[in-house]
Parts: sequence; C-alpha cells; structure tokens
Amino acid sequence: MTLSTFIQQLINGFSLGSLYALIAIGYTMVYGIIRLINFAHGDVMMMSTYFAFFGYIIFRIPWYISFPIAMILTAVLGILIDRGAYKPVRNAPRISALITAIGVSFFLENFGIVVFGGRPKGFRIPKLFGHIFEVKGVTVPALSLWIPFFTAIFLVLTFYIVYRTRRGMAMRAISRDMDTTRIMGVDVDGIISFTFALGSFLAAAGGIMWAMKYPQINPLMGIIPGLKAFVAAVFGGIGNVVGAAIGGILLGIIEIMFVAFFPQLAGYRDAVAFFLLIGVLIFKPTGIMGEVLPE
Amino acid sequence: MRKYIALVYVLIGLLGFGSSVKAQDVIKIGVDLEMTGAVAAFGQMTWTGIQIAHEMQPKVLGKKVKLVLGDNKSDKIEAANVAQRLIKKDKVVAIIGAVASSHSLAIAPIAEENHIPQISPSSTNPLVTQNRKWVFRACFIDPFQGEMLAKFAYNHLHAKTAAVLTDIAQDYSVGLSNFFIKKFTKLGGKVISHAFYQTGDQDFTAQLTAIKKLNPDVIVIPGYYTEIALIARQARELGIKATLLAGDGAEAPELVKIGGKAVEGLYYSTHFDEKAVQTDLGKKYVKIFRKKYHKAPDALGALGFDAYMLLLDAIKRAGSADPAKIRDALDNTKNFEGVTGIITLVNGNAVKSGVIRVVKNGEFVYVTTINP
Repeated sequence: MTLSTFIQQLINGFSLGSLYALIAIGYTMVYGIIRLINFAHGDVMMMSTYFAFFGYIIFRIPWYISFPIAMILTAVLGILIDRGAYKPVRNAPRISALITAIGVSFFLENFGIVVFGGRPKGFRIPKLFGHIFEVKGVTVPALSLWIPFFTAIFLVLTFYIVYRTRRGMAMRAISRDMDTTRIMGVDVDGIISFTFALGSFLAAAGGIMWAMKYPQINPLMGIIPGLKAFVAAVFGGIGNVVGAAIGGILLGIIEIMFVAFFPQLAGYRDAVAFFLLIGVLIFKPTGIMGEVLPE
Repeated sequence: MRKYIALVYVLIGLLGFGSSVKAQDVIKIGVDLEMTGAVAAFGQMTWTGIQIAHEMQPKVLGKKVKLVLGDNKSDKIEAANVAQRLIKKDKVVAIIGAVASSHSLAIAPIAEENHIPQISPSSTNPLVTQNRKWVFRACFIDPFQGEMLAKFAYNHLHAKTAAVLTDIAQDYSVGLSNFFIKKFTKLGGKVISHAFYQTGDQDFTAQLTAIKKLNPDVIVIPGYYTEIALIARQARELGIKATLLAGDGAEAPELVKIGGKAVEGLYYSTHFDEKAVQTDLGKKYVKIFRKKYHKAPDALGALGFDAYMLLLDAIKRAGSADPAKIRDALDNTKNFEGVTGIITLVNGNAVKSGVIRVVKNGEFVYVTTINP
C-alpha cells in the first residue's frame, strides 16, 4: 500500500466515520438524559431522508429551505413518538421502554414500506456539496469536508444546549433523578419531549448527509446506520456526546482500514463493528470517555 | 341467545360449503417474489409481467386461475416461509418465483419436499435447478451469461485487464463472477483484482481505492442495481475511468435514478430487448406493455410473463391441475414461443440467446445479441 493510497483510505474512513459520529451524537444524548436506548433512532433518520426527498426532489424547494424543514418535521416526529409510545411507559421498568423502542422501529420501517413503497429512491445532491477536489492523486469529495464540518457544528450546539442553558440544566437534572426534578417544579414531560425533538433533529442532520453521500433511500436504510451509531456511542462511552463523536470517527476508520488491509474479508465489515461492541462491553463498558456510574 | 349462536354456526357452515365448491373451479398458482427489500424493483417488475400474462390468459382447462402473491422481502428465510405458506395454507398447485438466485435456492427444497413444481422467472445461478426434479426456470443460466460478458469485454471492448467486484451475500453474484473470470482468462484476458462486498453495503471506497491503483480496463460488478449504482458513483468520484460491466442484476430504473451520470456507458447483459424480439407473442407483449405503461418493456417483466405462460402451457398439455402431471408437462416443454425467445427446457433450464445493453442518456439501449 503506497502512502497516497493510505491517505486516500484514511480520508474514506474519516468521511464515513464523521457520518456515524453525527448520528451517534443524537443517539447518545437521548440515552444520557432519559436512559433509554432509542432503537428507533435509525428509523427516525430514515423518515428524515424521505421528508428531505419530498421537499427537495418532488416539490423542488431549494435545499437551504427544504433540508431545515425536513429537520424540523423530524423533530416534530420525535415529539410525537415520545408522546405516543414512550410517555405511557415512562414509569414502567426500563426493559418495557426498550421493547417499545424496538416496536417503534418496526412500525416506522413498515410504515415506510406501505407509504413510500419498498423500491429505493435516488437522491440528488445540491451543487454546493457535489464538488470533488483532487490533490496529488488523492480525491476528496467536498461532502467529506462538509460532513465533519456539520458534525462539529452540531456537536458544539448540543454541548451548548445541554451544559450552558437552563433547559440543559433541567435535562441534566432529569438524568440524575426524574422525580426530584419534578418536585422542583420542572416540566419534566416538556423537557423530555424537547430532548427527543433535539435527538431527532440531529438524526435528521445525519440522515440528510447520509442520503447525499450514499444517494439511495429506502424504508430499511436506517437499520445499519442506527446499529453502527449505537456501536459508536457505546465505543465512545454511552451518554457522552464528545465520546460519541470520537467513537463514530474511529469506527469509520477501523471499518475502512479493515476492508483495505483484508480485502478478502470485506463481507465481515459489519461483524467487525459488532465485535468491537462486544469487546468494549467486556473490557471497558464505560467506553473511551464514559463516566463511572455510581451504583 | 342460543338461537343466534346456532344461526352463526349455520352461516359459518354455509360459508365453508360455499368456498369448498368454489375451490374446485379455481386453479391456484403461488407467486413468491421480492416485493420489498434490497431487490424490490425486480419483484415488482416481474409481478407486472405476470399480471399482464394473467390478464391475457385468465383461464385454463375452463377454470379460473387465481394468483396468490407472497412478499419474501428480499430475504432467504422469508422466501422459504412464503413458499411454505403458499403450499400448506393456500394449497397452490405450482409456485412462480423467486427473482434472486439465493431466494429461489431457499424455495427449491420446499418445492421438492412437497412435490410442487417451482418455476423461477429469472434466477440464473446453475445450482437452482441442479439435481432437482421439481424446479424449472424461464431464463438462461450463468455459465452462459458469464461467457457472454467475457466475450463482450474481450472482443468488443478490447479489454485486456479486468477487476471483479463480487457480492458475497448473493449466490448469483458469486457464481456469475466465477464464470466470467474463467472465460475471460481463457480468452487471454487477465483478472488483476477480485474484491468483495455484501448486499446492503453503502460504502465501497475502500475496495475501489485499491482497484484504482491497478488501473484495469474494465470493472465487472455482477451484483444488483442498488449496489452497482453506488459503486459506479463512488468509482467516478475517486477518478476511476474504467468501463463498467454488469449482469442482468443491473436492469432496473433505479440504476439510473441512483447512479445518475456515473452509470452512463455501463454495459450489462440481459434476457430481452424489444429490438431483438423474435416471436409473435413477444411483439404482442411489447405492444400491450407500451400501451399500458408508456415505456420500454424490461427483461424482468418479460420473464415473469414467460414463467406464467410456460406454466399455463404445461397445465394445458397435462390436461389436469395435478402438480405431478404439471411437472411432467413442464419437463417436456419444447419450442415454446415465449416473449424472451423460443424456450426448450433442458434439465429445467431454458436455452436461448441473450442481449447486451448500454446506459445512454439515462436509457437502456440495445447493443448486440449473443447466441449460446
């Protein structure tokens, strides 16, 4: 492997990894606040790509309007899911909420098949994101720079909301003790809805980026990115947004490098991610940046 | 109260009686197709063709033919489940399906075990019918398709070196890749890279970066349309200029919708083109299809049409809807004039010529016919 090939592979991995990171941030934030592994996160992401598809491709609304609208619609969808599916089981054992999340995931997938049809749809890429640079034999699609850029922006935004605003303070309080927070006069259900809205908004950002990078969307497209984001979140220390971003980028690079160095085993690339998950859970369950949970 | 319950029982009895009378003048044919999932376009295109055939010939032996459609979700396990359900619950006399070879291979043991004839419209892997008594197909097989692609690459495109990208999750792709490599090497070409991926993968940059360095004349991708389109895009983004070549798994409108400019100039082998139609039935099919859908007919639909017609022809010659008699009649199919050519079933496989098409301005354009 020559140096330029290696650098190309590193860029490929970084580009894929920053996508995982963007999706993992929302995943891990929801877990951090309400301790729910939202297995429907990937499917919420899928819905966002269809919202963007209808706005941008069917109704021909310019991307700088239609993409934010799609993200807001996805945030509303997040609130609806919380109200309809998670709120009724808020005080039930955690396993009930987990199973509900899996149910929501299946519901969204099959809803997508019925409403949008099972055939994949092609996604068009706005000119701004479609450029390709070439430097000394190494090609860099503009999107590979835009994705980390947006990931960084949304990371800072999430960090700011959670750690620097009153709402964020309430979110953190809920993560410690929901009942006491309620006694203190905080609108707990409102804050949790907001958490889901923010999480879904981030999923939408990731989804739209995903659809631009791999321009085919279908109702089952959310499953693998959702699982990979989960692995990235656990890898980085579940509940920690910065850890999720780092975990995502590392996961992307590990995956690409695995295929690059062992081309015969390319079919096992998903397995590598899940082996990583098992390894992390056995040897370092708190991940790279995870906090040590007091019992 | 008791009177009402008695009444309900009587009604149920009547309903049961009614349907059992009805069942005798209906012949049920099961259809096990990929209506959703990774190759949904193929299942839906095939279903269109089957429906056109059904509208053209809704009756056989004076009885109505009823199609029972089951969605196998482009999944091997679901394909087997659907076949079980069609046989055990719906009591079909034969099964049409599936498109992907891996799914047909999942159905085949169930058809064998239950002594129900299965006819796949378009599964090209040789293993589908090998050593099987009850399994047939309406299409040619991959040793021929691989030969077609190799000959075309070597003789028409003058390619000396090739890179092959195989979808290891699909028996079709693994088989076709090997048949291509064998023939291409025999002709004097050289396969300089053989890389792998899996159905559902979205990122192929790692494999393509390795291929770019070797600079092959052609890249052969014997997979399915979604992955082919994504591979084409990423190859062009990485600055790879080699000609792309694929098998019949490429032919779906999604190839162009997803691939866009990147699939321009991609060649693929397939079963049918309206320019190469040889039979009267074929001409009739093209006319009906064009009138109904205002576009050029595709190979999958044509093969679905042929699978249905082959089955009805067998039922007619058998003079009965008994699965064993249908099987024997299918086995004796000789010079049946279908849409995709003149079909004679040899060991369950159809022997006929294939065509090469190219993507030009977003359309699939006829290039040449290659005979066995």
